[in-house]
Amino acid sequence: MLKSPAQSTPTSPLSVDKTKSKLAEQETKFTLNAKDKYFAWAFLGPSLLILGVFIFYPMIKTLYLSLFLTNTVGKTTVFVGLSNYMNLLTSADYLSSLGVTLFYVFAVTIITIALGLILANLASKRLPGIGLFRTLFSATMGVSVSVAAIFWLFIFNPSTGFLSLVSTWMHLPQIPWLTDPTAAMWAVIITTVWMNLGFTFLILLGAMSAVPTTLYEAANIEGASSRFQFFHITIPSISPTLFFVSLITLIESFKSFGLIDLMTKGGPTNATNMLVYRIYKDAFYSGNYAQASAESIILTIIIALFTLLQFKVLEKRVNY
Amino acid sequence: MDLVTKPKLSRRIWDYALLTILAVIVLAPFLIGLWTSFLPTMQIAQGNFLSTKVSFQNYIDAFTQTPILRYLGNSLVISTATMVAQLIFCSMSAYAFVFLKFRGRKFLFGLFLATMMLPFEAEIIPNFQTVKAMGLLNSYSVMVIPFLTSAFGVFMLRQSFMQMPAELKEAADIEGLGHFQFYWKMVLPYNRIPLMTLGAYSFLGAWNQYLWPMLTTFSNDFRPVQNGLRQLQSEETFNDWGMIQATAAIVVIPTLIVLFIGQHYFKSGVNEGAVK
Repeated sequence: MLKSPAQSTPTSPLSVDKTKSKLAEQETKFTLNAKDKYFAWAFLGPSLLILGVFIFYPMIKTLYLSLFLTNTVGKTTVFVGLSNYMNLLTSADYLSSLGVTLFYVFAVTIITIALGLILANLASKRLPGIGLFRTLFSATMGVSVSVAAIFWLFIFNPSTGFLSLVSTWMHLPQIPWLTDPTAAMWAVIITTVWMNLGFTFLILLGAMSAVPTTLYEAANIEGASSRFQFFHITIPSISPTLFFVSLITLIESFKSFGLIDLMTKGGPTNATNMLVYRIYKDAFYSGNYAQASAESIILTIIIALFTLLQFKVLEKRVNY
Repeated sequence: MDLVTKPKLSRRIWDYALLTILAVIVLAPFLIGLWTSFLPTMQIAQGNFLSTKVSFQNYIDAFTQTPILRYLGNSLVISTATMVAQLIFCSMSAYAFVFLKFRGRKFLFGLFLATMMLPFEAEIIPNFQTVKAMGLLNSYSVMVIPFLTSAFGVFMLRQSFMQMPAELKEAADIEGLGHFQFYWKMVLPYNRIPLMTLGAYSFLGAWNQYLWPMLTTFSNDFRPVQNGLRQLQSEETFNDWGMIQATAAIVVIPTLIVLFIGQHYFKSGVNEGAVK
């Protein structure tokens, strides 16, 4: 029988000093061991199987499909090399989707970060009852995509919606939110920003509360304004987190699908027909699997580039 | 010194005013939605937003005339199964990467990391064909099986496992604990917090799935709540606003409660586990 950890007093795991030596530094102490090999396969097996079947295989299959023409059930017919890509990159329609997506992605990221910074900066003040405001500001984290769409579809509804009522009360011109191409894009951007805000706020608040208070105390003695402190102390101190959260927002926005399906269905006149929505439409509505596969590969390249950048930031933060 | 660090009263009033205004703006969509969920649809259609005819009728209708409870139940099953599976498989993989020495460990870890660069959204065509060929369409398993593990989860847990004191492993070796016992009796209990964080993430991640369930489920028996709400909107053709808002409120209120209780774990996950 094995002794329970608590009985082995001298080396009781509970009394071990955490800061002493970390496993990561002791890695060299391990030696190759035949038994380990079998355990490794047993422990990694399930994950490897799932990732293989649902991540690696489909990526190779998508790449393969993108080099062919396909019939309506997705079987390959003729090898066409890169011509699916050439067709896409010379099609005004696809380039417009790419442009629309880029506009959306950057607008969402910039506005989310700006508002997140404003909220986090205010909520990082040491005031009685600030905890309540922190909770309220992070509330949108609990909103799923379909709930957000319902809330905002009512707000933007042209005839009985909230904004339409407010415009009537205040005798302002009505904005055709979901029927005008520009307004529809902004409606989707506003809804996405709102959904993102809680998460971004929480991360930025966490970073701000880690900034040493002595920096602010020194600045206060020097008589620096709060605006000066924000731009010259807060922003530089949280810049790794700021960059990291911007990249997450950017990557997630490239993958937007739910809100578009729920709010605009890519319209009006393709004004919000973004990359993932296009893949879905081309594959599952038009049955053009080859073209949708080429679009998938282009999306993957974009996401992979930004994810690599994110890994670089992560690496820096480890040593930070 | 006190004069310098303590803000003046007028400054404080200004801060609270600003905080309150911003909180109202951030919460406005909730408040508007919640308020209209108590109004008869007739009043909403006539623009009587400030009508006093408030009632729970929309909620009664939502519970009795729509499968909203079934949708919530489906989502609960799918999200719980995904969460449990990810806790098991991610922690097992992370254990192998930290505590087992085997050929190709670095390469395999690189492979796991690489999957984080490949968006699932770009793989829906072959994945749809795969689950169709497996006969999984329109079932709970089709929404769980592809997400039984996650590279992000493995990465996050590996970071925390590496922070464990080396003495723990030495003590386990002295006591002759095998790998499975060390994993189960020491590594998992020691990493409760990161495991809870991963649990919260994987649950919410599954709860918020939209594209994949939309492709793979066709009946209310299996449809999760996100797609169920979309289904209701298309059936009700956007006219019964009162009831639609009530269904949204029914869905969002439990999530908000869970979120406020579990907030601590999200924060620690983002600021420690994931970003380390």
